[in-house]
Amino acid sequence: MKAKVHVTLKNGVLDPQGKAVQHALDRLGFDGIDDVRQGKFIELELSDTDADVARAKVTDMCEKLLANTVIENYVIEIADA
Amino acid sequence: MRAAVIVFPGSNCDRDMQVALRNAMGSEPVMVWHGDSEMPVVDLITVPGGFSYGDYLRAGCMAAKSPIMKEVVNQATKGVPVLGVCNGFQVLTESGLLPGALMRNAALKYVCRDVHLKVAANDTVFTSQYTPDQLIRIPIAHHDGNYFADDETLKKLEDTGRVAFHYCDETGAVTDAANPNGSQLGIAGIYNKRKTVLGMMPHPERLADAELGGTDGQSMFKGLVQALS
Repeated sequence: MKAKVHVTLKNGVLDPQGKAVQHALDRLGFDGIDDVRQGKFIELELSDTDADVARAKVTDMCEKLLANTVIENYVIEIADA
Repeated sequence: MRAAVIVFPGSNCDRDMQVALRNAMGSEPVMVWHGDSEMPVVDLITVPGGFSYGDYLRAGCMAAKSPIMKEVVNQATKGVPVLGVCNGFQVLTESGLLPGALMRNAALKYVCRDVHLKVAANDTVFTSQYTPDQLIRIPIAHHDGNYFADDETLKKLEDTGRVAFHYCDETGAVTDAANPNGSQLGIAGIYNKRKTVLGMMPHPERLADAELGGTDGQSMFKGLVQALS
């Protein structure tokens, strides 16, 4: 079973890297970009077969290590590989 | 006074800390490896600067989960003073001993230079040798020193005197121009509730010897020895 975790900065937390990417895209001539937020994507291969168990486990991982919930949000996707 | 320096893979200010402590104490601090799960009996624990675990995932986060940190948190909870400098500050926020987080510098650049700091108060074991509002000069060297906390936490920190140092200019004014990394309210260092845990981005151990350009950092170590011996 595969778990995909997206970690992003919370709204209201300044994302200077996202801003720098936005400026670079502007310079390349891409117009109409209102905002860019940069985050992390983490993929895990799990031996679990129950999606609910896997989700609970990955949620625990996010709370304890994968995300810093002071500044970051996370979204978990569980998919049968 | 007995002191410990925690050493992680990737620590690079552990020996600077060792020298600063040795010079102030007149005896050897204990170097404690991150993989150890027992802490010797000490009066002060220091978490030095560097790039523990290569800053993987987030600066300080892997170190915060290492075996010895459980014991550091244990001792800190019992009231043993803990000083975290630079990467050590990041480790202390990641381990939950201090609130908030250290984010990428606002200008996205590694900054390495001397800065001026305003000492908030001298009512702690770390700052007894300074005077309130004293202006000191200490070097910084970091990429992730941009202090962030939610508004409620910031207010609580300011209202209860838990901001230990603010970045300021040479006249002592806390301004945006004097803020090297975008830290909220120009915060350079903070305490826990009991003011027994201090985390700071600037490096007092790097300016603790006249032959190395200054002694503004030495006062912190002298104060600790006086308070904890």
